Amino acid sequence: MANFTPVSAAIGGALIGLSAVLLMLFDGRIAGVTGIFAGLIDPLATDRAWRATFIVGLIAAPLSAALLGYAIPIPHLPTSLVTIAVAGLLVGFGTRLSNGCTSGHGICGIARLSPRSIIATGIFMLAAVIVVAVTRHLVGG
Amino acid sequence: MRALASLLCGFIFGWGLFISGMIRPDKVLGFLDVFAIPSGNWDPSLAVVMAAALAVTGIGYALARRRTPLFEAQNQWPTQTAIDAPLIAGSALFGAGWGLVGLCPGPAIENLATLSAPVILFVVAMAAGMAVHDLWQARGAAPAAKRSLAQAGAADG
Repeated sequence: MANFTPVSAAIGGALIGLSAVLLMLFDGRIAGVTGIFAGLIDPLATDRAWRATFIVGLIAAPLSAALLGYAIPIPHLPTSLVTIAVAGLLVGFGTRLSNGCTSGHGICGIARLSPRSIIATGIFMLAAVIVVAVTRHLVGG
Repeated sequence: MRALASLLCGFIFGWGLFISGMIRPDKVLGFLDVFAIPSGNWDPSLAVVMAAALAVTGIGYALARRRTPLFEAQNQWPTQTAIDAPLIAGSALFGAGWGLVGLCPGPAIENLATLSAPVILFVVAMAAGMAVHDLWQARGAAPAAKRSLAQAGAADG
């Protein structure tokens, strides 16, 4: 387990939790990125301001880290643009259909012990594990 | 104030993803690759991130339940409880897309900071997928129902 980074994972995870708790204490909202982003791009939305600033803060975080001297890695994505586009469509459609993603269901929902979110998280984890197994090990990726 | 508070929350959230390494798709895929367990290359970091986040959120939400938020009239706790076909199908589709590239919505949007063209493509496709879903749901629905659908969209997160 040469890649395992438990200390930074625990600190980072605690910060994500802190963010979720503060958003509830301040604004009374669930820190689900899907819901926040979808409500921002929804043409019928009426409460865009807090959503927009959350997204701005999210993007500002690595920029501030860069100012402090941290290296910001360019993410490694598959070379196929079709794969990237299909994956984006699946993530966007799927998270809207199930009403949440890793943050909304995986953290905020499970923290509330919501059966819906526990089931959702189990299914998206399992689906992702299967897709990674197939693409990395069965089709020679 | 409300918008400033959520700016701070987004910023802390982003730092959490950054410090934990979950902003990096290769690190996320290193967790999802269970075939790496027998070879000793598996990376359990994502499980630690979730455990730490759940511990803090679980305790914090228990406190938040007893009070009203500072900048809103009341907490908007999710109201849906049904374990239905959309929940199951949507989660499976999301997981498939997540496994293909290792990006879920939070890290995808955060990675826009790198101005990487593939990340921009992913986020545009993700937004398109959301819009397609919302149009599909709203098709044939009365305007009033459309608006309630849009509001229900935030129900789980």
